[in-house]
Amino acid sequence: MSVPAREILHETIRNLYFHVCMWMSMMVLFTTSVIYSIKYLRSQNLRDDVFALNFAKIGILFGLLGYTTGAMWAKYTWTEFADASQIFTEPKLTGAAIALLIYFAYLVLRGSLTDIDKRARISAVYNIFAFAMLFPTIWILPRLMESLHPGKGGNPALNFDDLDNRLRIVFYPAIIGWTLLGVWITSLKIRIDLIKEKSLLNG
Amino acid sequence: MAKKIFLLFACLYLVLPSMLLAQVNDPEKQYTAFDMRHNGKIYVVVSVILIIFTGIILYLIRLDRKITRLEKETK
Repeated sequence: MSVPAREILHETIRNLYFHVCMWMSMMVLFTTSVIYSIKYLRSQNLRDDVFALNFAKIGILFGLLGYTTGAMWAKYTWTEFADASQIFTEPKLTGAAIALLIYFAYLVLRGSLTDIDKRARISAVYNIFAFAMLFPTIWILPRLMESLHPGKGGNPALNFDDLDNRLRIVFYPAIIGWTLLGVWITSLKIRIDLIKEKSLLNG
Repeated sequence: MAKKIFLLFACLYLVLPSMLLAQVNDPEKQYTAFDMRHNGKIYVVVSVILIIFTGIILYLIRLDRKITRLEKETK
């Protein structure tokens, strides 16, 4: 499979199938998580809380992998034209770090509450706020500021010069594939939690 | 069970091609010394794949341990 030739990027353009897919799957998982949180608040069914928690957990896993791979990619591309101060103040990096920290706080918040119903309710509300912060921190803010990350100054999904069609053929199925992998791991975790809390849910 | 196997294969068929296709076709000879930038920086892609692979495998091992603990508890 050939890829478009780009300066600095060279073959690393293939990281699009991995690094970017991590973030796309993370978005899907976090979105599902917040849907279950809203569902919990409507139904007060602890089952929905288990779903929301595990979708958020796997979302964090994918976010961490996306962050690490991004760091690796940046090390061999950005360092060739940008200096350290530019890289350390990169808004996309800072934004993604803030977004992930907000989600870490979600887990910490859950861990700090012992009452099951209170924990489920408070963390569901927190999850909605965390989701509300997700879009500004990783999509909107980096585009408003001077950024090294591709996708600045406009919407890459609507910019047809940005993404070559040869990349799209692999990129779109890869997003679906990675997302399904995430959903599968999540379903395993949900099933474990449901067995663990069987007495709580049915009793 | 059939549903599970179908899902697994759906994952594999969608993820694996992207791994196979991420190979070098026309290596550039811009860097002579062997480092990550060799062969048009393809080793950066290799490292990225390895990071994701180890990350997911480590997570699954943790999950496996949790299941083992749960099994012992229910016995």
